Amino acid sequence: MDKFTKVTGVAVPMMRQNVDTDLIIRIERLVDNVGREGLGPFCFEQIRFKPDGSEDPDCIFNQEPYREAPIILAADNFGCGSSREGAVWALKGFGIKTVIAPYFGDIFNNNCFQNGILPVALPIEEIQLLADEMKASPGNARVTVDLENCVVVSPTGRTIPFQIDARRQHAMLNGLDDIAQTMSHKGEIEAWQSTDKTARPWVWL
Amino acid sequence: MGKTLFDKIWDSHVITDLGNGFVLLHIDRLLLHDMSGGKALKEAIEKGYPPSQPRLIYGTPDHTMSTKPGRTEKSFPPGEPLILSMRETTSAYGIKLFDLGQDGQGIVHVMGPEQGLTLPGTTLVCGDSHTSTHGGMGTLAFGIGSSELVHVIATQTMVQRKPKRLRASFEGKLMPGVTAKDMILHLIGELGTAAGTGYSVEYAGSGVRALPVEARLTLCNLTIEMGARTGMVAPDDTTYEYLNGRDYAPKGAMWDRAVAHWRTLPTDADAEFDREHTIDMKNVAPQITWGTSPEHVIAVDRAIPDPSTGPEEKRGAWEAALKYQGLEPGKPIEGTPVDWVFIGSCTNSRISDLRAAAAIVKGRHKADHVTAWVVPGSVRIKAEAEAEGLDRVFLEAGFEWREPGCSMCLASNGERVPPGKRSVSTSNRNFVGRQGPGARTHLASPAMAAAAAIKGAIADVRKIG
Ligand code: SF4
Repeated sequence: MDKFTKVTGVAVPMMRQNVDTDLIIRIERLVDNVGREGLGPFCFEQIRFKPDGSEDPDCIFNQEPYREAPIILAADNFGCGSSREGAVWALKGFGIKTVIAPYFGDIFNNNCFQNGILPVALPIEEIQLLADEMKASPGNARVTVDLENCVVVSPTGRTIPFQIDARRQHAMLNGLDDIAQTMSHKGEIEAWQSTDKTARPWVWL
Repeated sequence: MGKTLFDKIWDSHVITDLGNGFVLLHIDRLLLHDMSGGKALKEAIEKGYPPSQPRLIYGTPDHTMSTKPGRTEKSFPPGEPLILSMRETTSAYGIKLFDLGQDGQGIVHVMGPEQGLTLPGTTLVCGDSHTSTHGGMGTLAFGIGSSELVHVIATQTMVQRKPKRLRASFEGKLMPGVTAKDMILHLIGELGTAAGTGYSVEYAGSGVRALPVEARLTLCNLTIEMGARTGMVAPDDTTYEYLNGRDYAPKGAMWDRAVAHWRTLPTDADAEFDREHTIDMKNVAPQITWGTSPEHVIAVDRAIPDPSTGPEEKRGAWEAALKYQGLEPGKPIEGTPVDWVFIGSCTNSRISDLRAAAAIVKGRHKADHVTAWVVPGSVRIKAEAEAEGLDRVFLEAGFEWREPGCSMCLASNGERVPPGKRSVSTSNRNFVGRQGPGARTHLASPAMAAAAAIKGAIADVRKIG
């Protein structure tokens, strides 16, 4: 897995509630054989492009300085809906490194940690302030997300702490592979299974 | 203090405590489908982690298969490599695949309970968020992403943190025209799509106890639409009657042993929940969604909401939803003309759903301007429906009678509602573009969808005798 330590860059104030994973990546793109790495251009295509395929200038992702933003500022429940991990791959391909929202869809949240994308939960008031500071100084404003110290630094230099589980923080900072970590418990897994085969034999087909 | 159903299953599956609130949880069943199954198996094998417990893994193609009568894997070409890779990888490890054209094929969340693979008291995962469906059997079931899928293939475990507990109690009896679909849509309307985030849900109360298993599966199916990954109904005699004799259910003395264990699972009287919510069934009317989120739902006899009188923080979302849906606030939703009707999906494609729709349709004909599809959930349901003559009822009414699969729930097999067209659908998501770019979806029960096809407009099923 990719490591995540710190990101500094433009934050795009999307500020939308309930951004579902269907909106992040359309299902057809996951059927077409473009592969994980090829999904970036299709990220948010339903709002970035008009039905005729041209860019929608009203969409904030098409406006300067937000085009290359590595950080998304969103409202409640980002990544709700479908479990498709393609949503995280698409964000990653689109250049997003971290999403800041009040809270996230549970499955999306887990998927982020599998791919080195950091979901940061902050109160909506804080996110609104970040958005205001971004808009106040387009072009110069930058947001920093620092995982080592668990702080977000706003464009005007305010530091806002955020919380993350120590286990996940450690795995992200070091780019640890979940499966390898679990494999270190192989003996315990096998012991559990052999006990269970006697206790609940009907489960074991 | 007593324990909840959820805690009993969870605690008994903890292999080891990983600290910081995380545990390593054993997974008893992994279900695979064509969208991610073959790819995940391939990835696991390439990483050097072949399936550790292939006998606990089962698969079936549903998402990308055409549902056209007479379909093969070639009918929707983009799906062909997915099913081919699924065949190759499952057969290499002796994983049972309920393949296209075979008995048992169907939507993955229909297949599990139907085969008796979904058992009370077990943990079950699948790379699809509606895995919560299986909770209707008293199963701790949840959807996972692709990386987690590879992890389960490799280790038959997951690294998880225990969610909080929410109990939703439905008290009373179903009112006329009301189904489990209406119960859960009503609940989501009351609590919102994020109420369950970070929670596991238990559905309880006299209204739930009275539901047959298929209706419980529908109830649990939409759990993810209120943000919770897992929702359950405690197993009881209704569950055991449904399960007894199914292909993969335990038999003979083993059955008795299993039932004795399952009887210990229901939530203890003194167990505590982090949140409780009670619904009086008297207040649950037939529901229809008006917007682009399952929480955008009203009783069918109500007016389309006006954003200017709605909660301030939702105003923008409501306005955008009405614009996308092409609806005017303040007008009755009943009578809104409809172009498409879709009866199917893991929410509502079981035999009881098809019977409920057929009861409305029988002796009538769909409106001329409506295209109406019935997509049974599995090969077995299709055969059962045909044996009862339900296919004739639908065909004579001008509906299409199709092959089992996800179809227009997700439109990932090319079967789409055209742009700008309005559909009444028995599926579970009315997101922007879900049934195809620009498609306008209204979620409802099978009887309500059938009524819309007949009337050519959103209709109140209670007014159709
Ligand atoms: S029917 Fe729809 S929700 Fe259910 S598994 Fe298929 S695509 Fe997912």
